Amino acid sequence: MSTASSAASRPILPARLRDAVGRNLLMVLLAVLSFGVILLLSGKDPIQSYADILRSTLGSAYGLSEVVVAMIPMLITALAVALPARIGLINVGGEGQLYIGAAFATWAALTLGYLSPWILLPLMMLLGMVGGALWAFIPGYLKAIGLVNETITTLLLNSVAPKVVGFLIFGYWHSAMDTVKTTNFVPAARLPAFFGTRIHLGMVLALVLLTAFWFVMKYTRWGLEMRAIGGNPQAARRNGIPLSRYLLSIMCIGGAIAGLAGMSQVSGFYGVLILNFSMGLGFMGFLISWLAGGDPLGIVLMSAVVAIITTGGNLLQLTRDLPYAVINILLAFTLFVVLARPRFFEGKKA
Amino acid sequence: MISLRGVTKRFPSVLANDRIDLDLRAGEIHGLLGENGAGKSTLLKVLFGFYRADAGEFLLHGQPVSIKTPRDARRAGIGMVFQDLSLIPAFTVAENIALFLPGLKAVLDPSEIERRIAETSARYGLEVEPGALVSQLSIGTQQKVEILKLLLSEARLLILDEATRVLAPHEVTALFEVLDNLRSDNYAIVLITHKLREVLECADRITVLRNGRVAGSLLRTEATDEKLVEMMFEKALPTPNLAGRRPPLRSGAPVLELCHVSTRAEGAGTSLHDIELSIHAGEIVGIAGVSGNGQKELCDAVLGMERCVEGVKLLSGRDLTNEPVHTMRSNGVAFVPENPLTMASVPFMTVLENMALTRTAHYARRAGFAVNWQAVEADMNSTAQRLGFPVMFRAISKSLSGGNLQRMVIVRELTHDPQLILASYLTRGLDVQSAIAARQALIQARDRGAGILLVSEDLEELFSLSDRLLVLYAGQVVGEFRPAETDPLTIGHLMTGSEAKHVHRQ
Amino acid sequence: MTLLSLLGVLSSAIFSGISLLYTTLGEVIHERSGIVNLGLEGVLLVSASSGFAVTVVTANPFLGVLVAMIAGALMNMILGYLVIRREANQLASGLALMFFGFGVSALIGRPYVGAKINALPRLPLPGLGNLPKLYSSLFSFDILIYLAIPCAVLVWWLLFRTRWGLGLRAVGENADTAYASGRDPRLIRFQALFLGGLLAGLGAAHLSIAYTMNWSEYMTAGRGFIAVALVIFSRWHPLRAIVGALLFSGAVAFQLLLQSSGVQISPFLLDTIPYILTILVLIAWGGNRKQSAPASLGRIYHGTE
Repeated sequence: MSTASSAASRPILPARLRDAVGRNLLMVLLAVLSFGVILLLSGKDPIQSYADILRSTLGSAYGLSEVVVAMIPMLITALAVALPARIGLINVGGEGQLYIGAAFATWAALTLGYLSPWILLPLMMLLGMVGGALWAFIPGYLKAIGLVNETITTLLLNSVAPKVVGFLIFGYWHSAMDTVKTTNFVPAARLPAFFGTRIHLGMVLALVLLTAFWFVMKYTRWGLEMRAIGGNPQAARRNGIPLSRYLLSIMCIGGAIAGLAGMSQVSGFYGVLILNFSMGLGFMGFLISWLAGGDPLGIVLMSAVVAIITTGGNLLQLTRDLPYAVINILLAFTLFVVLARPRFFEGKKA
Repeated sequence: MISLRGVTKRFPSVLANDRIDLDLRAGEIHGLLGENGAGKSTLLKVLFGFYRADAGEFLLHGQPVSIKTPRDARRAGIGMVFQDLSLIPAFTVAENIALFLPGLKAVLDPSEIERRIAETSARYGLEVEPGALVSQLSIGTQQKVEILKLLLSEARLLILDEATRVLAPHEVTALFEVLDNLRSDNYAIVLITHKLREVLECADRITVLRNGRVAGSLLRTEATDEKLVEMMFEKALPTPNLAGRRPPLRSGAPVLELCHVSTRAEGAGTSLHDIELSIHAGEIVGIAGVSGNGQKELCDAVLGMERCVEGVKLLSGRDLTNEPVHTMRSNGVAFVPENPLTMASVPFMTVLENMALTRTAHYARRAGFAVNWQAVEADMNSTAQRLGFPVMFRAISKSLSGGNLQRMVIVRELTHDPQLILASYLTRGLDVQSAIAARQALIQARDRGAGILLVSEDLEELFSLSDRLLVLYAGQVVGEFRPAETDPLTIGHLMTGSEAKHVHRQ
Repeated sequence: MTLLSLLGVLSSAIFSGISLLYTTLGEVIHERSGIVNLGLEGVLLVSASSGFAVTVVTANPFLGVLVAMIAGALMNMILGYLVIRREANQLASGLALMFFGFGVSALIGRPYVGAKINALPRLPLPGLGNLPKLYSSLFSFDILIYLAIPCAVLVWWLLFRTRWGLGLRAVGENADTAYASGRDPRLIRFQALFLGGLLAGLGAAHLSIAYTMNWSEYMTAGRGFIAVALVIFSRWHPLRAIVGALLFSGAVAFQLLLQSSGVQISPFLLDTIPYILTILVLIAWGGNRKQSAPASLGRIYHGTE
């Protein structure tokens, strides 16, 4: 499946990694060029703008740390999509599962704030997962009993979740001064950050989860069975692998992971639950997982790329007088390039 | 009206059509007979433009015509009704037909469309309700709609591929009446079938294909049961039993017993009716029959993939009716299907990984966190050595040839000493060597005490391997024999339904 | 709860629902051919911003509507290129289009945030001339509102009473069968996307030029997703979409009414009604085993050899 270049005498990296990196870099390059054109058209200097982006993100320790902070939720939401994708399920519901997980965790933060962080934080994590799993259970169950396609239900529930959260904030949890957010979390409810940056424990969570995912898929019995289901569901059934059991449980686990992302955001990043805090994080996760082909290493790479773009976009807004939203165009171009699969790429699995 | 001259079609592993000449005349029903693999479906799919011929030509009214796609064929007035009908379930009858109507107006005129439908359907006895949703129609009615669709799209040659397989007897009669009407109106009709009775009833001319060649062509007036069966099946006596004469060990309780088992088929499948079947240890029971008469359903029912709506399934005396697949497997049922790549293995996984799939619980270690690959390898190796198959553990399944992959599947299934092996078209599509190796593996398993259900369309294979031979027709067992006491012709008769009475011999 | 306030709710529902209706009609057309557009939100934003910008610059609202329609069609063509020509995954392509729309609309609309425009002129409902100004002003609608229901009927007629519509629906059910009948599924899908884009643009134009008469980033506030839900809710049928659009947008207006009469139901919860309704409806038919969705919705057409 890969066009290995025969000229290399001894590759530094294994072939698969080389191809993935090369392919991704090429995609990014194309997208960068296209966006540069847009910048030109709107009267901005593309080279300066890119220089700004790179300098602000990769050029300083602070910039780098901001990129890492931005990566955290993306890694987790991408995983929430990648896991069900292994058995052929399409979970576009990360957005909603994220919100509900955040809400459950917030409840604990607000009502049990007096507990020691050693108890409170794991509790919040657990609740975050429970919330997300619950939100995924509904579409999962409906699919398992053959009533509704999970893509549709997860999409619909995505739109319901933020409103439910809004209801909770507005009605019960809002702070004295602000009706669109809760009171700030007590320190015990906040995931600690490292070395004076904003990189919080969520990063550790993300990496642990990704490693666990990689390990499970590659080495364990369940990973074997899941890969079989994803690779040839009919054969898997004939060989005795219980499909329906996996369908529902994996869907819920995917939701739990997304819920954990929500918890990580409100506890680690924001320290407070704000209305509509997720600006498409769930969808971003879907796209990252899809771009990375569900591969853990690819997820890390693509999250990094996307994080650089979004973090850099902040700076563009300040210095180049462009609305932050414009950074979405660069993002979109990256995606378009991958989707259009130009001839000189090998086909990626859709 | 349409002639085929020297049509040849080759697939990677088989020569499906070998220089076939065929004449199809207007006002005539032409029956095309043959076993599975004889090449009849392929030939007509070539005519319909679905496949492209490797050699040969087509003549329309004596003039050469090129047919490379279904649209060419339709322009030449050729229409085909496939076994799995191609109607759109969510549309009404009228909409389905309108889709193919030439000269359809840009703004639809429902009354005019209905009028045209009514005209043609009255003429030929194809009563349908134009406003009915296709998804709610019986298969028999859907077939009528398909035929109407072809007629109204101005086809002059109609090809029906195994049209009667899904029809009830009275529907078959109705269909023949329709065909009769069409014939009087000078349509040319080709009926592909393996059922002698039908062909003798309604065809004017009969051509028999065997192994990709024309074995003979007769007028109905000249044809008899005997002659046709002789042409369809080779008369050669079966080769002596490869395994050497051994009376089966009929000791004690049977490994598998099916008592009054029935299943309900979905869509175009075949329901099983009242199956009585038993297999003892060390016995090979062969199932003969033209593919599509319930063989797949039988294997699926035993494996646990399909529900038995009636009846009881006993494995070594234990009632395991409607237990899931993994229960059946852990009780010693193994399954070797005809297409290892699509049915038994995961294409992008390695052979080693595929080997572990049937027994993941058994090979799991540390509560599932690890898989004992050494044990998998060791077990498979010992089986492989026993069978004489070299195993390429690290190869990706997709990259193996069909024969090699089937060998791997056999190695996997024969490990853990199964007590019952379901072998479904074990050697279909395999090269000669792999086929021989597969059969020998089966014999070895039998010698080790397994009971084997062997489904095959290769009569030679069945005769040489089976200790007992059953014939499956339309979802029922219509005959049971010892191979030594029967011959291919008798089996052929039963396979083609030409002898309705049960021929039972113990 | 006076008659006036009830009528006020109705009027408000109509105003905000019309753009939803147009958008839904457009989505119905190309979903019937098998393509789902998750990027509808982005399409709406680009159309709304470009239409608004043109209206400000040319002071001609009709020109603005036209430009919005063309913008919508062009956005859909991007989706068409990806999904039909390059055979890319529909969900991912739609989401990418959504992000693209976020960015482009922000770029286009930025100079015009808060600008004042000549809105589409409003004409009172005929026959209401004699009523007090209060009532007739509630029911003074612009031309797009008057055209909405005829448009829905037109879409219905197009899909169910024309040869082209039959072919389009066939492509959405089974592209191979459509191909066998001599049609070009790819071309038909492009046509469907084009038409759908025009209608989506129309809906977006109504939002920015006739209704809110304003532009701000992300102003469509999820209407794209509501439309996708509405398509499902109305079972891909243009006429049912009319009822659905009123219902869905009525929920918003209804909450204002409740608030004014002292009933406290959280507006957030009321906003969830459209989606929950749709899920319930889906569950209700699922039991019927009658799939009303076009059979090939979401599938990539690979063509036959």
